[in-house]
Amino acid sequence: MAEFILEMRHITKDFSGVKALDDVNLTIKKGEIHALCGENGAGKSTLMNVLSGVYPYGTYTGDIVYHGEVCNFNNIRSSEKKGIVIIHQELALIPYLSIAENVFLGNEITPIKGIIDWDETERRARDVLSKIGMGNEDLSQMVNTLGVGKQQLIEIAKALAKEVELLILDEPTAALNDEESNILLELMLKLKEQGITCIMISHKLNEVSRVADSITVIRDGHTIETIEKTDKEIEEDRIIKGMVGRELTNRYPERNSKIGDIVFGVKDWNVYNPSNLKRKVINEVSLNVRSGEVVGLAGLMGAGRTELAMSLFGKAYGENISGEMKKNGKPLSLKSIKDAIDHKIAYVSEDRKRYGLVLPNDLKWNMSLSSLGSRFSKRNVIDENEEIHAAEDYRKIMNIKANSIEQIVGSLSGGNQQKVVLAKWMLSEPDVLILDEPTRGIDVGAKYEIYTVINSLADAGKAVIVISSEMPELLGICDRIYVINEGEIAGELKKEEFSQERIMKLIMNHIGREK
Amino acid sequence: MSNTSLEQKKFAMSNLKQYGMMVALFLIYVIFLVLSDGKNAAPMNINNLVMQNSYVVILSIGMLLCCLTANVDLSVGSVVAFCGAAAAIMVVDYHISIPLTFAVVLIMGVLVGMWQGFFIAVLKVPPFIVTLANMLVFRGLTMVILNGQTKGPLPQGFTQVGAGYMPQIFTQVGGTKVELLAIVAGVFVSVVFILLEMRSRKNKIKHNFAVPPIWQPIIKLAVIIAVLNFITIKLALYMGLPLVLLIMLILILIYSFITNNTVAGRQVYAVGGNMNAARLSGINTDKVMFWVYTNMGFLSALAGIVLAARNASATPKAGDSFELDAIAACYIGGAAVQGGSGTISGAVIGALVMGILNNGMSLIGWSVDIQRVVKGLVLLAAVTVDLYNKRKNS
Repeated sequence: MAEFILEMRHITKDFSGVKALDDVNLTIKKGEIHALCGENGAGKSTLMNVLSGVYPYGTYTGDIVYHGEVCNFNNIRSSEKKGIVIIHQELALIPYLSIAENVFLGNEITPIKGIIDWDETERRARDVLSKIGMGNEDLSQMVNTLGVGKQQLIEIAKALAKEVELLILDEPTAALNDEESNILLELMLKLKEQGITCIMISHKLNEVSRVADSITVIRDGHTIETIEKTDKEIEEDRIIKGMVGRELTNRYPERNSKIGDIVFGVKDWNVYNPSNLKRKVINEVSLNVRSGEVVGLAGLMGAGRTELAMSLFGKAYGENISGEMKKNGKPLSLKSIKDAIDHKIAYVSEDRKRYGLVLPNDLKWNMSLSSLGSRFSKRNVIDENEEIHAAEDYRKIMNIKANSIEQIVGSLSGGNQQKVVLAKWMLSEPDVLILDEPTRGIDVGAKYEIYTVINSLADAGKAVIVISSEMPELLGICDRIYVINEGEIAGELKKEEFSQERIMKLIMNHIGREK
Repeated sequence: MSNTSLEQKKFAMSNLKQYGMMVALFLIYVIFLVLSDGKNAAPMNINNLVMQNSYVVILSIGMLLCCLTANVDLSVGSVVAFCGAAAAIMVVDYHISIPLTFAVVLIMGVLVGMWQGFFIAVLKVPPFIVTLANMLVFRGLTMVILNGQTKGPLPQGFTQVGAGYMPQIFTQVGGTKVELLAIVAGVFVSVVFILLEMRSRKNKIKHNFAVPPIWQPIIKLAVIIAVLNFITIKLALYMGLPLVLLIMLILILIYSFITNNTVAGRQVYAVGGNMNAARLSGINTDKVMFWVYTNMGFLSALAGIVLAARNASATPKAGDSFELDAIAACYIGGAAVQGGSGTISGAVIGALVMGILNNGMSLIGWSVDIQRVVKGLVLLAAVTVDLYNKRKNS
C-alpha cells in the first residue's frame, strides 16, 4: 500500500467556544491528489490553516503526523520548511514586483546574508517556470500585467521554488475561466507525476471528480467520509449528499416561466475602455430581456460580460458609450448610477466584499444603502424604524443566518453576505436585475437558496439577467442564454437548445471567425 | 431566553465601549483636580476651559467628517489664521461692519473649502497632498496680508463672539453672586434630555424593537445631568454662559443630527467604509468628498473668527498646529483610522480630553514642551487600545 505522507488525528479547534473542527481525521497518501469538499463554513479552510501553522501549535488539540513524525508548527514558515505550502484563495502576489521577484518572495536567494543574487534568482525562476509551462514568460514583467490564471500559476511556481512536497490549494479555480481552469488542473496532474502530493479545496465538483484520487467530505466540523477513486469516476451526487447531509435530487429549483413583454433592451451598444480609449470593450451588442424571464450571459472570463453589465448600469463602467437603450418601450438615457437605480435597474456585482458590502457595518445599514434616498428617508432624514422593519423582513425572506440585523456583515459567511447584497437590491424594488456571478464562492445549500430567490423574482414579473462562469448553473436556471465572446454576442440559445457543448461551440466558432 | 440575555449583553458591551473615553475624560479631570489642589474646578477655570477649547471643538467636528472618509485635512490651522486675519483687516483697516465681515469671511471659508474640494473630488489629487499644499499656501498668504504683523485690537462687537457672554441676570444667593440664566439653562436642558430619552424608548417599544435594560438609560441620564449641571453652576458662579458655548452646542447638535439621521451623513460613512460599494449603490462619491472638504473650510473660517475674537487680534502664527489637535481629537474619540466609523460626540470628547490635559498641565506649571510629550503619548495610547480592542473582537 502507498504510505501516508500526512495524518491529521483528532484535530479539534474552537473559536471562543464554537467548535469549528471537532475530532477531524484526515489521511493523505503520498503522491495523490486529495480533495476536500464541504459547504462554506464546514471547516475546510480552518483545517488547512491548522496544518500550515496559520493557527499555531497549542491553539488546537490533536496531532499532525507528517512523514511519520509529529509536527508542531508555530507559523507558516515552520510548515514551509518541511515542504508544506498553502496557496490561499486570495493570491499573495505583490502586483508591482516582477515575476522573478514574486517567485522568490520571502525565499530570496541570498548567498551573502541579506543581499540578493539576482542572476541566480533569474536562473532558478526560469527553471521553476519551465516546469509549469511558463518558461517563455518575460521574468521582469510585473505581475499585475498578467491575468488571474497566470497569477495562479505564479503562485504554484512560488511553491515549487520552496521545494514543496505537499501543496495545498484553496479554491484554485474559483476566479478562473474554463480554459484557465483546465490548464491548472492539467498542471496538477503533471505535478502529481513528479511526486508532489496535493490537497485541493474546491466547490467545483466536476473538477474534483476529474483530478482527485480521493475525496474527504467535511460537514459542520466533522469528517463525514473519504471516498476513494477506484476504477469508476466519483459521482458528483454522492459528494453533494455527503456535503449537505441530504440528497439534492435537483440542484436547481423547478420553475414554470411566465414570460411577458420585453422590459429592457439595448441595440448596437458600444463601450470603450476608460483607461485606453482606443480599445473597444463591447462591440455592437444587442440584447433584451422580458418580464418574468431569466436571461443568462455565458462566456469565458474576460469576455466582457461584467463590463457590459456595468455599462448598462448607469455607465458604471466605460467611456464613449453609444447605442440605444429602451425600457418598457421608451428610450432611456442613464447619466449616473443613481439615475439607473431611479429607473428601477439593479446590478449585483461579482465581488461582494469589494463592491457590494460595507463590511464593518451591520445588516440593516447595508441593506438600506441603495434605497436611502427613496424608501428610507423623508426629506433626507432617515426613517430608522422603517429601516429596521425592512431589514427584519428581508432577514426572514432571505433566510439569512445572523444573530440580529445589527450583526456586522464582515462576520457573516459568504452565502449570507451574498443574501444581504441581494436583499439590498431587492429593497430598491427594481424591474430589471443584473446579477453578476451571484453564487461565486458559496456553498451548494446557499446556492440553491439563491436560485430560489432568482425564481421568485422572475415569478414576480421582474426581468433578470444572470452572468455566470458556471455553465451548468446557467443551463439550470435560465430561460434563454446569450453567449458573449470578446465583447460581442457570439450567439443566442433558447431553452430547448441548451447544452454546454452548444455554448462552447458558439464561443469557439466566434474565436475562430474571420476578423 | 438565552437570546434576550445575549442581546442585552451586547447592548451593555457596545455602550461600555462608547462610554470608555468618557470615563477616561472623567478620570483625567479628577487626576488634575487632585494635582492642582482643586484649581481646575474653579469657576473661572471652567469658563476658560470652554473658551480655550471652543475652536478645537469646532474644528474637530469638521475634521471628523474628513476622518470618516479615511482622510484628514492638514490645512485647517492655516485656514483658521487666514480667515481670522482677513476678518481683522476688514474690520480694523477698512471699517467694514462686523456682521458683514463675518458673513464675508464665512463665505470665504466655504470658497477655500471648495477650492480644496475641487482638487480632491474633480481632479482626484489625494486629500493629504492637497491639504498639505494648502497648509503652506494659506500660512504664506496670512503672512502676506498681515505683513507679518499682528492686527488689532479688535472692537468689542467682534471680541464678543469669542470672549463674550449670553445675557446675564445676576442675583445674590447667600452672599455669592450667581448668574441665573446659566442655572435655568442647565435645568431646562436636563429636562429635555429626560424627555427625549423617554420618547425614544417608548417609540422603540411601540415598534417591538429591543431596548436596553432600564438601569442603563437611568445611569446614563444621571451622569449626563450631573456633569451638565456641574458645568452650568460653575459658569453661573463666574460670568454666566459664554457665547461660544452656545455656538458649540448648536454645531454639535446639527452635525450629530446630520451624521446620525440624514441621508447625507450615511453617505459619508459609506464612502469611508467602502468607496466602491458606495459608488455602486448610487452614491455620488465625488460629491460627498467635495462637500466634506467644503464644510471643513466653512468651520475653519468660523474657528478663525472665534479665535481672533478671543485674542482680540489676528496674528500670523494663529492656529498653528490646530489641524493636529483636531485630528488627534477625532482619533482619541474613537474614529477609525481606516475610515467609515466615528461619531461627532466622540470627536468632541476627544477634543475635551486634549483640552483638559492642556489646561491641567498648565495649571500645575508643566512646560509647553512636556505638554506636547504627554498629548502625543495619550494619542498613541488611545489609538493603540482602540485598535487592539477591535482586533480582539473580530
